[in-house]
Amino acid sequence: MNNFKELSFKTVTYIASLFTIVVLLGIIFSIFLGGTPVFQYVSLTKFLSSPSWHPTHDPPDFGILSLIIGSLLVTAGALVISIPLGLGSAIYISEIASQRVREILKPIIELLAGIPSVVYGLFGMAFLSPFLIRIFKIPTGLNIFSASIILGLMVVPIISSLSEDALSSVPKSLREASLALGANKWETIIRIVVPAAKAGIISSIILGFGRAVGETMVVLMVAGGAAQIPSNIFQPVRPMPATIAAEMGETVIGSPHFYALYGIAIILFVITFISILITEFIVMRKKR
Amino acid sequence: MVNKSAHIITEDLNLWFGDNHVLKDVNIPVYDRNVTALIGPSGCGKSTLLRCFNRMNDLIPETRITGKVMLYEENIYSSRVDVTNVRTKVGMVFQKPNPFPKSIYKNVSYGLNVRGIARSRIEEIVEKSLHDAWLWEEVKDRLHESAFSLSGGQQQRLCIARALANDPEIILLDEPTSALDPQSTARIEELCLALKDQVTILIVTHNIAQAGRISDYTAFMYLGEMVEFGKTKQMFTVPKDKRTEAYLSGVFG
Ligand SMILES: Nc1ncnc2c1ncn2[C@@H]1O[C@H](COP(=O)(O)OP(=O)(O)OP(=O)(O)O)[C@@H](O)[C@H]1O
Ligand SMILES: [Mg+2]
Repeated sequence: MNNFKELSFKTVTYIASLFTIVVLLGIIFSIFLGGTPVFQYVSLTKFLSSPSWHPTHDPPDFGILSLIIGSLLVTAGALVISIPLGLGSAIYISEIASQRVREILKPIIELLAGIPSVVYGLFGMAFLSPFLIRIFKIPTGLNIFSASIILGLMVVPIISSLSEDALSSVPKSLREASLALGANKWETIIRIVVPAAKAGIISSIILGFGRAVGETMVVLMVAGGAAQIPSNIFQPVRPMPATIAAEMGETVIGSPHFYALYGIAIILFVITFISILITEFIVMRKKR
Repeated sequence: MVNKSAHIITEDLNLWFGDNHVLKDVNIPVYDRNVTALIGPSGCGKSTLLRCFNRMNDLIPETRITGKVMLYEENIYSSRVDVTNVRTKVGMVFQKPNPFPKSIYKNVSYGLNVRGIARSRIEEIVEKSLHDAWLWEEVKDRLHESAFSLSGGQQQRLCIARALANDPEIILLDEPTSALDPQSTARIEELCLALKDQVTILIVTHNIAQAGRISDYTAFMYLGEMVEFGKTKQMFTVPKDKRTEAYLSGVFG
């Protein structure tokens, strides 16, 4: 009887995990199936290196360089904001805050992660953008700068909670050893605790990067939507996910434009896939 | 023979963790350049007393301390005292070897870097400390390898070297051999004996035979009280207190 239970449990969990893998492979397969036909109309090099994205012109231009640059700029901007805030709050919660403050702060930050991205987007459009227009006297408040801020806020909880886990799991004995050698609290944090948690912190940043690169709703609402290579951070851009989301509804299935959007999805997938590989690599190396 | 000047003296030291009265009117001298062993059954407050001497108990919330711990002329619990300064003068080695996840060299240079010792002197001090901890010959060709590549006994000697690098007056050891094999234990015991010309040693041990082998003085604690303090030879042959006698003969512990 017990044997039967164990066997059926094994089978059920095995099928569940197999199912997940099959679905994942199916999605990957369909992206590549949908995207590769675009290369009948444009070469891979041109697709990646041309900045002109005019999918509805005749003849159309399928160059996504400006979209890639748009994505990378808002993502970099988001990390500039979220790394110091996320790491700073993680250090504060793990090393400095009292038990009570920690119990209040941790759920608040986790709550931040639970806010739907469309709400972040609304906040960007309704509050941040008019505010920026007034302060900087710029024509539009929907640009790299504002998208970076909103994306950055979205990524803070990821970096914060994962870094905090990494910092908290540094053994107490290392902190004690450092303090017993005459180091003060700050020296102990900077020289011992943070380096010991380095792998976890870097993983959290890469995961945050992946989240920011793939985030769609916020960049659709706040980045401005202009497919151009910007000359300053107050210009609008059109990141890759925003392009797919905005244009997919207007294309004819099976048209070159349709394939091109799938092509963008391939590039996005490759970027996030690589970032996950790097994270896995770091985690694996740390375990050894 | 034994030098009678006390290095640390506690005066009516009491300590509470919350409502738990852990140390009760403890008075104990720790004599200069001697090995003093702290023995007693589990939970009697040995580690807590040891951690009073470098103020490590400060880290535990809801700790209350009364009385004095005099390091020479100075009460280390007076408000004028710089805690980090106390901790460089009073080094500590823990029960489980706890090297930093850094190279062997950086483990030893850590305290020196923190104290802002001139770079030019660090290399020489690291080498001397490793020599003094009897580790130099084993690690001189692999100073920049991870400290985790060492055996448990070597790691513990690295922790001793790391403490010695600060040129402390006293080293506190909390059951430093309880996680080690007999051979590594013997080596650390010999090392303690060799080091006592240079530094005062206070060692907590569960191992009565170990206390007998290496200590000049022994303090027996029971339920937070200092029951008996005296020369190890005397105490081990004619204990004054019934409880000491019972503990030494293995009735409890
Ligand atoms: N961090 C702490 N917080 C609260 N109470 C503690 C703490 N550490 C120790 N205690 C309490 O203090 C008392 C003495 O503990 P201590 O660790 O000093 O004993 P010990 O003699 O070193 O025991 P052992 O031989 O098992 O190491 C015990 O009652 C213990 O529960
Ligand atoms: Mg103990």
